[in-house]
Amino acid sequence: MQALLASIRIAAATMLICVAGYATAVWAVAQAVAPDGANGSLITRADGTIIGSRQVAQAFTQPGYFWPRPSAVDYNATAAGGSNKSPTSTDLTDRGQELVERYGAAPQNPLPADLAAASGAGLDPHISEAGALYQAARVAEARGLDLARVEGLIRNAAVSPGGFLTGDRIVNVLELNLALDEMSRAQVG
Amino acid sequence: MLIQSILFVVLVVGGTALISWPLGRYMKWAMDPGDPSSGPAGWKDRAFRAVGGPLTAQDQTWKRYMVAMLAFNVVMFVVVYGFLALQQYLPLNPDGKEGLEASLIFNTAASFTTNTNLQHYSGEVSLSYLSQLGGLMWLQFVSAATGIAALAALARGLAGRPLGNFFLDVQRASFLVLLPLAFVVAILLVVGGVPMTFDGAAVATTLEGVQQTIARGPVAAFVAIKQLGTNGGGFFGPNSTHPLENPGFWTNILEMVAIIIIPMACVWMFGRIIGRMRHAGVIFAVMLAFLLVKTTGAVWFEAAPTQAFANLPIEQTVGNLEGKELRFGPTGGPLWSVLTSSTSNGSVGAMHDSLNPMTGLMPMIGMWLNATFGGVGVGMVNMFLYIVVGVFIAGMMIGRTPEYLGWRVEAREVKFALFALLAHGLFILGGTALFSATPWGAETLNNVGPHGFSEILYEFTSASANNGSGFEGLGDNTGPWNLATGIVMLLARFIPIILPLAIVGSLSAKRRSAESSGTLSVEGGVFATMLAATIVVVGALTFFPAATLGPIAEHVIYMN
Repeated sequence: MQALLASIRIAAATMLICVAGYATAVWAVAQAVAPDGANGSLITRADGTIIGSRQVAQAFTQPGYFWPRPSAVDYNATAAGGSNKSPTSTDLTDRGQELVERYGAAPQNPLPADLAAASGAGLDPHISEAGALYQAARVAEARGLDLARVEGLIRNAAVSPGGFLTGDRIVNVLELNLALDEMSRAQVG
Repeated sequence: MLIQSILFVVLVVGGTALISWPLGRYMKWAMDPGDPSSGPAGWKDRAFRAVGGPLTAQDQTWKRYMVAMLAFNVVMFVVVYGFLALQQYLPLNPDGKEGLEASLIFNTAASFTTNTNLQHYSGEVSLSYLSQLGGLMWLQFVSAATGIAALAALARGLAGRPLGNFFLDVQRASFLVLLPLAFVVAILLVVGGVPMTFDGAAVATTLEGVQQTIARGPVAAFVAIKQLGTNGGGFFGPNSTHPLENPGFWTNILEMVAIIIIPMACVWMFGRIIGRMRHAGVIFAVMLAFLLVKTTGAVWFEAAPTQAFANLPIEQTVGNLEGKELRFGPTGGPLWSVLTSSTSNGSVGAMHDSLNPMTGLMPMIGMWLNATFGGVGVGMVNMFLYIVVGVFIAGMMIGRTPEYLGWRVEAREVKFALFALLAHGLFILGGTALFSATPWGAETLNNVGPHGFSEILYEFTSASANNGSGFEGLGDNTGPWNLATGIVMLLARFIPIILPLAIVGSLSAKRRSAESSGTLSVEGGVFATMLAATIVVVGALTFFPAATLGPIAEHVIYMN
C-alpha cells in the first residue's frame, strides 16, 4: 500500500516535469526558434490560404504538373500509411502495370522505380531527379513551355539530401510545381 | 553506392559507439552516486526522497525492489488506461478524437507500460494531444526509466552491494538521464523541421484545388523520447517514415543515433558499477558484432529491386523502394530496421512488411536475441541471462565450478535464467502456432503465403521482445490480437526483469570468492566466443524452423 502511495507521488512528479514542463519548454523554444517548421512547414498564398506543407506530398493528376510517387493512402495526411505489401506481392505488380500505362513507359524507356513504388507514409514529398526529368516532356507540352527550360528548372531544384553520403538527387514535387506555375505566369505576363 | 553505404553505417554506428562512452560515465554518475552511508546525500537525492516519501529512506532487498517496481508499473498502467478511456471528455483535443474500444485501450496501455509501443491504433487518427503527451509520452519516460533502474539494481547486486532503492532509481533515470537527453534531441528535431504545435490539423487547398487536411501536433517532444527510450511508438501511424515525424536525411541520422545511444551506454554504466570495464568492453564487442552482421545482411538483401516489378518496364537498378522514403538515401531504411530491432525500440524508418523477404528476417533475428544492445537497461539485463547460461556451460566443459564475477553459479540460478530465456520462445512460437491455425490470425493477413505467416510470426516476436514494430499490413486491431499480444507483452516484460533480480538475490546470499587462474576469465576472447555461441544456440536456433516457414520460404520461392 505504501509502495502504491510512493508510486503515485512519483507519477505526479514525473507527469509534471517530464510531460507538462518538458512539452511546454520544447514548444516555447520551437515557436521562438523555428516557427515555420514547428507549425508544419506550411506554404500559404498572399491571402493567407494554405496551399499545403512543403514536407507533405499532395495529389497531382493534371498533365501540366509533376506527379508525386504513388500513395497507398491517396495522399491522406490525416491517416498516413504504406501499402505494407511484400515486394513479391502480385498486388504490387498490378499497381506497377497501371503506372507503366499511365506514364506510357516502354522497355527502351523504363519508368524510374520511385515513380512506381509507394513510400512508407504515402506522403513522400520527393521524387528522384530522374523521375522528374522523365515527366518533363509531358509537362512542357501541356504548358506550352520550352522543354530545356523545364529541365533546367528540375536541375536547379534537385538536391542531394545527404551530401556525399547519398548519390541520387531528389526534387521536392510541390516546390517544383510552384516554380513551374511561376514560370508559366512569367511567360504569359 | 557500396562505399557510401559503408560510410553511412560506420558514421551512424561508430559515431554513436564513441558518444556512448562518455554517456555511460554520466549515467553511472547519475544512477549510482555512491554509497549514501559514506556521506550526506546530495541535493538531488534529498529532492528525490522528498518526492518519493518515507519508502525511499533505505535500500531495498530484491523482493522489495521488485514490489516497488511492480507497484509503480501498476500505477502507470491504470493512469494511462484512464487517460485513453476518457479522452473525449478531457482537454487538448482540438480535432475531437472519440473514445477507444476497451480491448484496444488494454493493449495500448500494456504496450506503453512495458516499453513495447506496439500500436494497434494510428496516432493521428485516434488520439487526442493529451492522450499522446500525458498518457503515452509519460509512459515513454517512466517505462524506460524502469528498465534503467532494473539494470542499476542488478549491477549493484553483482558488485556485492545492496540493490538500492527503486523509487530513487526511477527518478534518477527519468530526471537526470532521459529528460536532459530528450530535451536536446527534441530541440535538434525542431531545428530539422519537426512540428511542435498544439494547434489542430491544417486545412490546405492544393494547387489542383483539392482539399487536403494535414495532421500535425506536438510531434518533436514525443519523437525525441520515443527514440531515446527504446519505446518506438510513433506520433503518426507510419512512425518515422512520416515526413513530419522525420523530415530529412539529418533528422533521420539523429533519430537513428537516438535509438542505440542509451542501450550502448547502458553496457558502460554496467561495467562502471561492477567495476569491470574490460568485461563491459567484451560484452560491448559481442553485441556490436551481432549488430554489424545483421546490418550487413539487411543492406545486402535490400539492394535487390522490387521483385514484383521484374517483368515490367521499370528501372531495376536501384534497390527495393516500396515503403521507403527517398530523403533517407538507400541505406537509411535497412540500417534503421536493424537498429530498431537490435534494441527494443520498434520505431520504423521504412515499412518492414515491404522489406525484401530476407531483409525482413534481420529485424526478427534482432528481436529473437533481444540482447544485442537490447532495450534501455533491459537489453543488458537480458545479456546477463545469456552470460549466466554461458558461464555455466563453460564451467561444465572445463570441469570447474561455474563462477561469474566470483559468485558461484549453480542449478538454481541457471534454471531461472533458462526459464526467462525460453519463455521468450514459448510466447513467440506458441502464439504464432495458435494464430496461424485459427481465424484469429488467418483472417487478419494483408499478404498471402509465407509472407502472411511472417506477419503473424513478426507480431508475436515484436510483442514478446517488447519491441513494437510490426509487419503493419496485419489487421491487428481485433479483440483476439489486442488481448493476446497485450498479455504476452506484460509477461515478457516482467519475467525477464524479475528473474534476473531473483538470480542476484540468490547469488548475493552466497559467499563471494576471489577469481583465480582456474576460473574462466570474463575479459578475453574465450569468453566472447562462449557468449556468442550461447546466444546463437539458445537465442537463434530456437526460431530457425519458424524462419524457414516464413521469410526463408518466401525468398526461395519468389526471389530470383
